[in-house]
Amino acid sequence: MNWYNIVFYLFALIVLVSAAGVVFSRKMMYAAFSLLFTFFGVAGLYVLLNADFIAVTQIMVYIGGILILIIFGVMLTSKFTDLEIKSGTTGTVQYVLAGISTIIVAAALIIMYLNVDWVQNPVPELESTVKPIGILLMTKYFLAFQVAAILLLLAFIGAAKIARRK
Amino acid sequence: MIETYVPLIVMLVVGFGVGFLFMLLSEWLGARRTTDGKQTTYESGMIPRGTARDRFSIKFYMVAMSFIVFDIEVVFMYPWAVQLGTLGMTAFWTMFVFVLILFVGYFYEYKKGGFEWD
Amino acid sequence: MPEIIWTIIEASIKALAVVGGIQLMAALNVYLERKISAFAQNRIGPNRVGPFGTLQPFADVFKLFLKEDIVPKNADKFFHSLAPVLSLSIAIAVWAVIPFSSYVDIGDRRIYMGIAPDINVGLLFILAMTSVGVYGITLAGWSSNNKYSLLGGLRSSAQMISYELSMGLSLIGIVLITGSLSLNDIVNHQLAWDGWRWNIFLQPVGFVIFLITAFAETNRAPFDLPEAEPELVGGFNTEYSGMKFGMFFLAEYANMTTSSVLIVLFYLGGWALPVPAETLGLKDGSIALAAAHFLVFFIKVLMLLFFFIWVRWSIPRFRYDQLMNLGWKILLPISLLNVLLTALGVLYLK
Repeated sequence: MNWYNIVFYLFALIVLVSAAGVVFSRKMMYAAFSLLFTFFGVAGLYVLLNADFIAVTQIMVYIGGILILIIFGVMLTSKFTDLEIKSGTTGTVQYVLAGISTIIVAAALIIMYLNVDWVQNPVPELESTVKPIGILLMTKYFLAFQVAAILLLLAFIGAAKIARRK
Repeated sequence: MIETYVPLIVMLVVGFGVGFLFMLLSEWLGARRTTDGKQTTYESGMIPRGTARDRFSIKFYMVAMSFIVFDIEVVFMYPWAVQLGTLGMTAFWTMFVFVLILFVGYFYEYKKGGFEWD
Repeated sequence: MPEIIWTIIEASIKALAVVGGIQLMAALNVYLERKISAFAQNRIGPNRVGPFGTLQPFADVFKLFLKEDIVPKNADKFFHSLAPVLSLSIAIAVWAVIPFSSYVDIGDRRIYMGIAPDINVGLLFILAMTSVGVYGITLAGWSSNNKYSLLGGLRSSAQMISYELSMGLSLIGIVLITGSLSLNDIVNHQLAWDGWRWNIFLQPVGFVIFLITAFAETNRAPFDLPEAEPELVGGFNTEYSGMKFGMFFLAEYANMTTSSVLIVLFYLGGWALPVPAETLGLKDGSIALAAAHFLVFFIKVLMLLFFFIWVRWSIPRFRYDQLMNLGWKILLPISLLNVLLTALGVLYLK
């Protein structure tokens, strides 16, 4: 086992433990904060894949923007922040339905895992990923780039609309 | 290329190490003579009323939302900026249209008074 | 021994040296701030501890370590302790990509003066760390369960994310000119000796925007609304005492140093000497040249630190609506326009 693998499993552990923290935290604020480490761990995995630009973007946009929004949201709905989340009110029907859907999803994942022919490509040695991304965005993915702008515009106007409604 | 990131990880570890060390030292070295009065929330000498777990203005939420939209725009601009010299004029107009589309949203928010604070 | 072990050893030594340097700079900042404010207000300032009071900041820090660490009963204890750690650690971690001089060749090993200054996305890493820095203050405000803290923390996070946009946009002008995101490349581009190539001359508007946003990001006056005493007592750190308060304090002064360093690196030519290195007879990679570079760099940083302090004791605080207006209605459109005009300039002049 070389150091690359050690670092990989370290980041994978961070992602899994903090993701479990998000799911199992009894308090909303702790769940939101666990997400910070999940995002950070994923950024670490991107670095290991030589995707430096995506890694930094992950931190800038997800940790610096989206998680702040989530935390503001948790703080806004103030009554939830200290409330313990309980699942005592669910009945048998819910348990059965949830159990069945969990089994289906898990089965699908296991079948996929066993059947896919996993190829391990060597990580490409690139000078920097920023330059190829710049060229591809302006040529091959030009349309997707502009559609992204329109998507962002819609999200922006939608949020403005909802927030203004008294 | 990954090797260049090893020093960065070392620095992150050292940085957080120093942070936690300071916190632990503060808790170990500090005096401990706690009274009820010291532990109440400070409210300018008055007896605290209610908690701070209260609602606040939705404006803060809107600022965070606007930030995400423009932050993604800024992130898109960096690869473009690095390569503009080789890409030429077409790339400039592509980015111009991109900025223009987002500026419609900015203008909408502006006219709606989203950037007004009172 | 494999190369990776050497890399880790070299990085660890540098990291510890940088951490020590940051603390010393913070102490220097505190001392300068107190002396200059005293001068501005016709007082004497600290003059008891050590010669001319120079040891005062160290005395303050040791005192803070021994003070009682009070955690309010209603506070969220975990986040209350974590918030100052986040603030200080992030303020230190930014230094991973910041160079402070040119390189030194020892044997066949080239040692850069900085921990990882050659990273391809160094500039973006700085912006990313700046955006993570918001958490320390937001969590401090929320976890204290105090109304002043909450308002201070919220104001601060809204202020920081608002100005982060203009900061990111003003740096795009530099990326357009340099064509790289590595801090070493950005400085080396300004070093090329065919006339003055400092980015401040090519990007005057960007420089002014970056300067303003640097003040806002460090919560320095006139943008110190998160801790506006007349209305919010102490803002987000109202409920902090002992070294946990000290950590916020250290982080603020460390950030001040970082901002000054970044302004020098991005706009003021980094460690560019006033005359070409060849005329001084210094070779690339020699220790003498690296030392000369560091000296020039340090003098520039000191001048900017003085500017930061000078502004604080001269200019009154903004009102919150004025602050948000400046960020969203003025700086954002201007910095976008600056990016587009710079892009046109780069395309037509190159």
